[in-house]
Amino acid sequence: MTTKYTTDHEYIRIEGATGTVGITLFAQEQLGDIVFVELPGIGKVLNKGDEAAVVESVKAASEIYAPVSGTVTEINTALNSEPGLVNQDPHSAGWMFKIQLSNPSEPRRSAG
Amino acid sequence: MAETPSAELKTTPLSGRHQTLGGRIVPFAGYGLPVQYPSGIMAEHNWTRQHAGLFDVSHMGPCFLQINQKSGDVEADHKAIAALVEPLICGDITNLKPGQIRYTLLLNETGGALDDLMIARPAAPEQAGSLYIVVNAGTKDADFSRIAAAAQGRATLNRADNGALLALQGPDAVQIMGTIVPAATDLGFMNYGSFAWNGTTLTIARSGYTGEDGFEILVAAEFAEAFWDKLLSDERVKPIGLGARDSLRLEAGLPLYGHDLDETVSPTEAGMGFAVSKRRREAGDFPGANRISKEHGGDLSRIRIGLFVEGAPAREGADILDGEDNIVGTITSGGFSPTLGRAIALGFVPPTLATPGTILGVAVRGRTQRAEVADTPFVPHRYFRKPKP
Repeated sequence: MTTKYTTDHEYIRIEGATGTVGITLFAQEQLGDIVFVELPGIGKVLNKGDEAAVVESVKAASEIYAPVSGTVTEINTALNSEPGLVNQDPHSAGWMFKIQLSNPSEPRRSAG
Repeated sequence: MAETPSAELKTTPLSGRHQTLGGRIVPFAGYGLPVQYPSGIMAEHNWTRQHAGLFDVSHMGPCFLQINQKSGDVEADHKAIAALVEPLICGDITNLKPGQIRYTLLLNETGGALDDLMIARPAAPEQAGSLYIVVNAGTKDADFSRIAAAAQGRATLNRADNGALLALQGPDAVQIMGTIVPAATDLGFMNYGSFAWNGTTLTIARSGYTGEDGFEILVAAEFAEAFWDKLLSDERVKPIGLGARDSLRLEAGLPLYGHDLDETVSPTEAGMGFAVSKRRREAGDFPGANRISKEHGGDLSRIRIGLFVEGAPAREGADILDGEDNIVGTITSGGFSPTLGRAIALGFVPPTLATPGTILGVAVRGRTQRAEVADTPFVPHRYFRKPKP
């Protein structure tokens, strides 16, 4: 298992060919209270750098970009009713989506 | 993510306090101001609704307009100063009672809003012939020039924006003020006065921008920190940043100049017909009176509404859609209501679509979300109105 960070403060935790994506503790602090999270559809094919999700704070919307290319396999539906999990526990309960890597060597080069 | 404050940003007499308190400083109207403190916008918002929030709004534009030659007759001097500003605005200043504050709009020749502002008549007879005026931060230089030019030779405008303007807002505000300046608690909503405190004079208004009861206090720069500290020494008071100021005013259905009001928007379109004096409308003696009179008669192409938005907040600039996905209007302010736990917005649509309960849509990131026209304020105002004597 390895965790990579993007310059936009997303993380991807890679286990085998699957990555779990969220935002860092620093990012959630910068965004402030998160009130809504829009997640990608399961099966959505993303290229690295594509807009994958949106987090809304009281004040503004911020895009979350795909740190790698791949296909979305799972989303954290708990965020629909409890978006504040991203603030409280961004690296664990506040994860956003899982992605099946289309090119498992990509994150080793760079995730951002 | 956060904008980096530049060294050129103006400070307020309380900038040092914001740093000490851990405020996250952002640029706003040329000033460096706290968008939030460490507790965050949601907690600050809720604290203000439940207890009392303290805001530094020193970026705004308070000033005093003073007639040059007083007659000594209180009513005549008030009429004379009122006559100088009325040609710029749609409100009735002549008939203000001593101590009364009027919310009004500064208009251009086509009846569009150059700013929204407060104009107040002093309570003390010895101050007759002057007005206390507070305008918005982003427009203050232009507003002051415009007012000074209209009064040229007959009255003098003295800026007071080198001092500090504080707002104490929330259900506990009156009790807290009662421990510091007890006499100010006798003010009713939209009244103000001058009060002595610790060797200085405070200009205190019972007004605000949150929908809560509260006060707005003008204090000289050299006393600003002492007064701020005094208020914060009460455990019911917490400092509140611009982020919660925006979410609070949005819940209160209050427009923000530059967003819900601009040079194209008339008072009628803004849903602020109440700000157009009946006497003035009948006389037609203010800029854009023709247009506003027609609009008052029903010839109106758009009007400001409130919306409950399902799902993600619809932000400023989002299209408002009818049932067939035709664009019928635009969101001018939108966000999340901490009190209601849902997204709310202000925007403009044709009057036929403005009835509360009307189902519309808003376009958010290319998708249509359901929205319902709502009465404003979204959260009821809790102003302290004194019974009429």
